Amino acid sequence: MPEEAAELIATMTGFARTLRAAGVAADHERTQAFLRAARHLDAADPGAVYWAGRLTLCAGPDDLPRYDRCFAAYFGGERARAARTRPPVVTVTRHTVSLDGAGPREDAGQEALPATASSTEVLRRRDIARLTAAELAEIHRLLAILRARREQRRSRRFAPAHRGRLDPRRTMRETLRRGGETARLRHRAHRVRPRRVVLLVDVSGSMAPYADTLLRFAHVLVRCEPRATQVFSVGTRLTRITAELRHRDPGRAMREVSAAIPDWSGGTRLGEELKEFLDQGAGARGAVVVIASDGWERGDPSLLGQQMARLSRLARRVIWVNPHKGQEGYRPLTGGMRAALPHVGAFVAGHSLAAFEELAERLSHA
Amino acid sequence: MLAELLDARAYLADEGLATACFLALRMGRPLFLEGEAGVGKTELAKTLAAVLGAPLIRLQCYEGLDAAQALYDWDFARQLLHLKAAEATGATGATEAARLEGELYDRRFLIARPLLKALETQPSVLLVDEIDRADDEFEAFLLEVLSDFTISIPELGTISAETPPVVVVTSNRTRDVHDALKRRCLYHWLEHPAFDREVAILLRRLPECTETLADQVARAAGRLRGAGLVKPPGVAETLDWTEALLTLGARDLDPGLAAATLGAVLKYREDQETALANGLLRHA
Repeated sequence: MPEEAAELIATMTGFARTLRAAGVAADHERTQAFLRAARHLDAADPGAVYWAGRLTLCAGPDDLPRYDRCFAAYFGGERARAARTRPPVVTVTRHTVSLDGAGPREDAGQEALPATASSTEVLRRRDIARLTAAELAEIHRLLAILRARREQRRSRRFAPAHRGRLDPRRTMRETLRRGGETARLRHRAHRVRPRRVVLLVDVSGSMAPYADTLLRFAHVLVRCEPRATQVFSVGTRLTRITAELRHRDPGRAMREVSAAIPDWSGGTRLGEELKEFLDQGAGARGAVVVIASDGWERGDPSLLGQQMARLSRLARRVIWVNPHKGQEGYRPLTGGMRAALPHVGAFVAGHSLAAFEELAERLSHA
Repeated sequence: MLAELLDARAYLADEGLATACFLALRMGRPLFLEGEAGVGKTELAKTLAAVLGAPLIRLQCYEGLDAAQALYDWDFARQLLHLKAAEATGATGATEAARLEGELYDRRFLIARPLLKALETQPSVLLVDEIDRADDEFEAFLLEVLSDFTISIPELGTISAETPPVVVVTSNRTRDVHDALKRRCLYHWLEHPAFDREVAILLRRLPECTETLADQVARAAGRLRGAGLVKPPGVAETLDWTEALLTLGARDLDPGLAAATLGAVLKYREDQETALANGLLRHA
């Protein structure tokens, strides 16, 4: 009998491990809760096990389809009993950003760049799509040390202050300390907090030369204000990548991000994804929303227009970053860009390090 | 069995939700309900309270919600009065001051806000509604309360619940709630009900509703949800809508009446226009 129980536990922890491999946050604590939950239900009933797992191991609606898939694979048919073999691990293919994309670019390998002040200054203004791998590495190094300040907003919370409203709690304490004499009034004032920024990065094919640097810029924003920044990749699917960008090391963060984004270099359905973003209410309200895209919309531009109108009503400010805007003679003629522009607060370039620095500056007092 | 109890209070729960409630009660874990607005998250907490015969203590979250609003606060006016009264009787000196302090930070000067009230009321159902509206600082102290059901008050000591309250936390997912909090809870994602269930809910909640009307309203609601609207209607809206139709004496979904009562189900002008233009209200 205890042997059977041990086997059951092995089966269930194996299932949790499979889930983890599939990207569900089924950690140790959750697994324990799963085992406890299953004890309260009939473990022989697959329905009960299904619900015990779903209620304890999943953390969001994104997890549910993964959970269903893993459950079917693990408990359905081919693995009826626990065995000593390793559970099937769902592998995630890693995509890496190709450095030899469009544009004339020679393979510079490990060759170091002489970083004099003037060459850095020139590099700063050059179009990212036209840099060699070594130059790009230098840009990424400079980007990694960029400090992005954030505009402050008044919070609803209070903190002690020298002037402002009366703080009854601290005044009371002070009064008591003086033996009942109300000698000094204490005050409190609203605290300030950084304003939230939501960044949507287009990772479709036409943005390929810029996507990697844009994501590194996103990493800078997340690093400087981890709690007030959200990042999504858009292409054919809206993907939340804030958690992946939380790693301090840019290289590690980029690897995690490339693994998490399922639609590298595909098409763009900005309108639909913007709709999905707004429908899940993922925090556009009161935030500064930055969309980094060239506006090559595969879908219906009028849908994009509608959703941009909706976004502009919710967000504090909408900034559109277009890498092509920095090129001489650029005119926003693509259908998507034309539909979106009337609802954009600021339309800025995003092709060089200097442009990113300007954008960071803009976010510090948006 | 719990589903039957919920059913008796006119709340129709499916297997997943019933299991979730059962486990929440058995394991003493908070139930974290997520889903679109109007799928019945808040209603479930109310029904659970009714089933258990326990008072429902509700904490509506908003940005800037702080400990003084959610946990407890001192009644400063009464403390001051007490102080003045002590002064009038001529109590001075160091020993007196210490005694006075003890008196002032007494339980009777403490105002219990929802979380403290839930710990002190046994049994009770605590509803932390729309946690996504509160900020992450609030999550931090909610986490503290929910992990061991104690509240420590520096001036008074620790207050803990002998039997923890049944906790229901709801979120509309306007932002991601911190994982540490979710980990303490049973997570359930509530969907819009399937067609049959929605018909059953309408008939159950509104006894004067005819089967034809319920059928047609549920069908229309299904179409509206599939039409990519800004705010697809939840069960709460279909109930409101049906009630509005019934008030106007409708026996089936008459296009004229449907258009007149559209404001009960669709709350965005764009959505109303889409619905009318695409004939989503007409029954086939």
